[in-house]
Amino acid sequence: MDIDIVELSRLQFATTALYHFLFVPLTLGLSVIVAIMETVYVMTGRPIWRQMTKFWGMLFGINFALGVATGITMEFQFGMNWSYYSHYVGDIFGAPLAIEGLMAFFLEATFVGLFFFGWDKLSRVGHLVVAWLVAIGSNFSALWILIANGWMQNPVGAEFNPVTMRMEMTSFFDVMFNQVAQAKFVHTVSAGYVTASVFVLGVSAWYLLHGRHTELARRSIAVAASFGLAGALSVVVLGDESGYDAGENQKMKLAAIEAMWHTEPAPASFTLIGLPNQEERETKYAIHIPYVMGLIGTRSLDTPIQGIAELEAENAGRIRSGIIAYDALMTIRAEGPDTPEDVRATFEQHSDDLGYAFLLKRYIEDPRQASEAQIAQAAEDTVPHVWPIFWAFRIMVGLGFSFIAVMAYFFFMASFRGMRFPRWALRLAVIVIPAPWIAAEMGWIVAEYGRQPWTVDGILPTALSVSHLSVGTVAVTLAGFVLLYSALFVVEMSLMIKYIRKGPYQDVAETEAWTERRRQHRKIASDLNISPAE
Amino acid sequence: MILHDLIAFDTLRVIWWVLLGVLLIGFAVTDGFDMGVGALLPFVAETDVERRIAINTVGPVWEGNQVWFILGGGAIFAAWPPLYAVSFSGFYLAMFLILVALILRPVAFKYRSKRDDMRWREAWDWALFVGGAVPALVFGVAVGNVLQGVPFRLTPDMLPIYEGSFFGLLNPFALSCGLTSLAMMVMHGGAWLGLKAEGPVAERARTYGMIAAVVVIALFALNGFWLTYLVERYSLVGPVVTDGPSNPLLSEVTRGGSWISAYADRPWALTAPVLGFVGAFFALLGLWGRREVVTLLASKLSILGMISTVGLTMFPFILPSSIDPRSSLTVWDSSSSHLTLFVMLGAAVIFVPIILAYTAWVYSVLWGKVTASDVAEGSHTLY
Repeated sequence: MDIDIVELSRLQFATTALYHFLFVPLTLGLSVIVAIMETVYVMTGRPIWRQMTKFWGMLFGINFALGVATGITMEFQFGMNWSYYSHYVGDIFGAPLAIEGLMAFFLEATFVGLFFFGWDKLSRVGHLVVAWLVAIGSNFSALWILIANGWMQNPVGAEFNPVTMRMEMTSFFDVMFNQVAQAKFVHTVSAGYVTASVFVLGVSAWYLLHGRHTELARRSIAVAASFGLAGALSVVVLGDESGYDAGENQKMKLAAIEAMWHTEPAPASFTLIGLPNQEERETKYAIHIPYVMGLIGTRSLDTPIQGIAELEAENAGRIRSGIIAYDALMTIRAEGPDTPEDVRATFEQHSDDLGYAFLLKRYIEDPRQASEAQIAQAAEDTVPHVWPIFWAFRIMVGLGFSFIAVMAYFFFMASFRGMRFPRWALRLAVIVIPAPWIAAEMGWIVAEYGRQPWTVDGILPTALSVSHLSVGTVAVTLAGFVLLYSALFVVEMSLMIKYIRKGPYQDVAETEAWTERRRQHRKIASDLNISPAE
Repeated sequence: MILHDLIAFDTLRVIWWVLLGVLLIGFAVTDGFDMGVGALLPFVAETDVERRIAINTVGPVWEGNQVWFILGGGAIFAAWPPLYAVSFSGFYLAMFLILVALILRPVAFKYRSKRDDMRWREAWDWALFVGGAVPALVFGVAVGNVLQGVPFRLTPDMLPIYEGSFFGLLNPFALSCGLTSLAMMVMHGGAWLGLKAEGPVAERARTYGMIAAVVVIALFALNGFWLTYLVERYSLVGPVVTDGPSNPLLSEVTRGGSWISAYADRPWALTAPVLGFVGAFFALLGLWGRREVVTLLASKLSILGMISTVGLTMFPFILPSSIDPRSSLTVWDSSSSHLTLFVMLGAAVIFVPIILAYTAWVYSVLWGKVTASDVAEGSHTLY
């Protein structure tokens, strides 16, 4: 019964979060690309850049609506489905979410209306500023959300308070500058830049294949390829940084990514591919590359990376230590201010492992009564399912490198080969459109599925975090979300395709006026006998 | 970190209680007219041009307005974690209803005009209606339940357990509060359309706005009567510790007497319900006399008064428990830690003025009526 509600709540959270993230990366990247295009428009005055800004801006808007709509679910779901989590860590986790609203989302949402409605009400520069504020707002949004998420992976700057039975913040500075959060932020926004670049590139390539809107398509490719190349390089570098952070803070996640069942002598080899087998705890048909894993995980040649079996044994020790903390906690709560000093000291000493004792709550009400078998079971629970993480990671990384190749190629052709793209390359660019979304979703699966069995690593088990709800209730809302989200997905895809097929709206009068002005300038120049070359 | 000791814990708690009110009121006075326009849409606008006029009066601003709501959620999470945990999980299906409505709304705004097909547009118009009317109603129902106490208890580990049902929320007093809230939003939406729309849309909105203002006054009075005679008050027992740890189970709570006695303790608080009535009355007069700016202002003041009334009536209670009064959440025992409240106050002090400044600027850029010719010219840019 308890397990069912946990599983169902996780399924609902995963569904709504992964769905939300179908729209986020495009918002992150396209907001910046549109702002770049508008900057070129304001600097050069060429109507084609205004047309590009409006066209990609409209596609941005179609995507943005669903990003906002599904984001509301995310903000509320913690309280709805994860009420114990909300109570237990709200003191820390709530703050970045609220600051996200104050600093970022307000900015983004207030100006996005003006972006679409303000073309005739603002000066050129005024409208450009609005476009950049939207882009800055959406990117700052990502920063605060990832500070919140980073804390779930690496809970710094907080300690447990026995009187309130929750974690409380000790240093906002530590929470904000959590190294995991910072690496994740750059990794995630870069992934957004790549997603939007691949999207712009693919749609433009489709126009070129059909010989439509070539002016717009070529210029868009130039922007997308350069922006996308920078993004793709940044994604991989910061992905590596995240891997290093995991090596320090989430050793079990790293071991699962790598399917490293046992500690290997340093420097560990990297398993390129293979078939991880959870029961037998080995990876079949594995292809290894020597040294590489040791370098990624520890950036040294002599520090070993711990394997799953060793980490599990270590966690059994932490569970025992956690039971001592739990026992002391019960005394503190019963005695209140009269608690003997030595009990407090014991609690202080073991409080870092308190969360490990909570792992036992799945099997027994009072962790102090746990049998050896239950402790062993709880320790085994700290090992996530390896194969989904192993494969999700490899798909993500493989796609990540392929984006560098695609972007580098188009950047080269756009910069040095006069934008003459072979048809096979254009077709490839169209086919590759869904790939960044797959990579991004895989990334979240690695990060969050790999965090199990914890909601907050080492602090609060997922099984304890859920609300006290009936299975039927959550089943109803899960079904509701799936239905609503599927319908909206169909609607949004059909609109996207419709508007891509339709192509940009050409403001003929404006283009003609601009061409006329330019002709006159040329004429004056030639009348005065000064050609641009002189 | 010693810095946060600059402001006492209980002072911070009161500040955050006020800020919670500010956020809810900010939401109601801004997104309130968006929801009111949504709820009025099928009635004030018949043709597509009329509907587009109505929709485009809120088109550029609803998105920013909605952030008040999202920020409200975030601020409750950050400043009042137990309130967030108990209310969102307790009102689970009601929250889901609100979510569905609020998910449909952004999509409806953005997608409605993207196809010329009238059936497509009709469908999204209904989504806008649901997105406006349902949250307005449900918020009021929630407030009505909070005033009566909600059937939840906290385990010693602080896990909230809700023992009511969804249909239990739909009791007469709560429904009356729900209708009040809906009427309030409709009055506000009518005031907004009067200011921003023209022609028949504005005329019809004026009529509905006047009806809504009368309903607001009547229901607000009825609820006050109800609250005085039929709803029991919750009170803290014994010496009240205002700067203790945030654990609701440490305090004793009793039920009995009337909420109205709160006004005997704090007579100055009567300004809030008075403002609620006077604001609605002037909104009615303003609609009658076609003083659009005055009407909107009066409607805002009325909302400010009514929401403040709820808060002040219950202070220091935020969420009383009907089945285990000891579990009730109050200002003194369900906040975040001292440090978190301080950090969040810093963030609010920096960003709220900035938000108000740029929001005001955006509204000033968009000043003026939305007309049929605007809608015709802007077929590529407007909704």
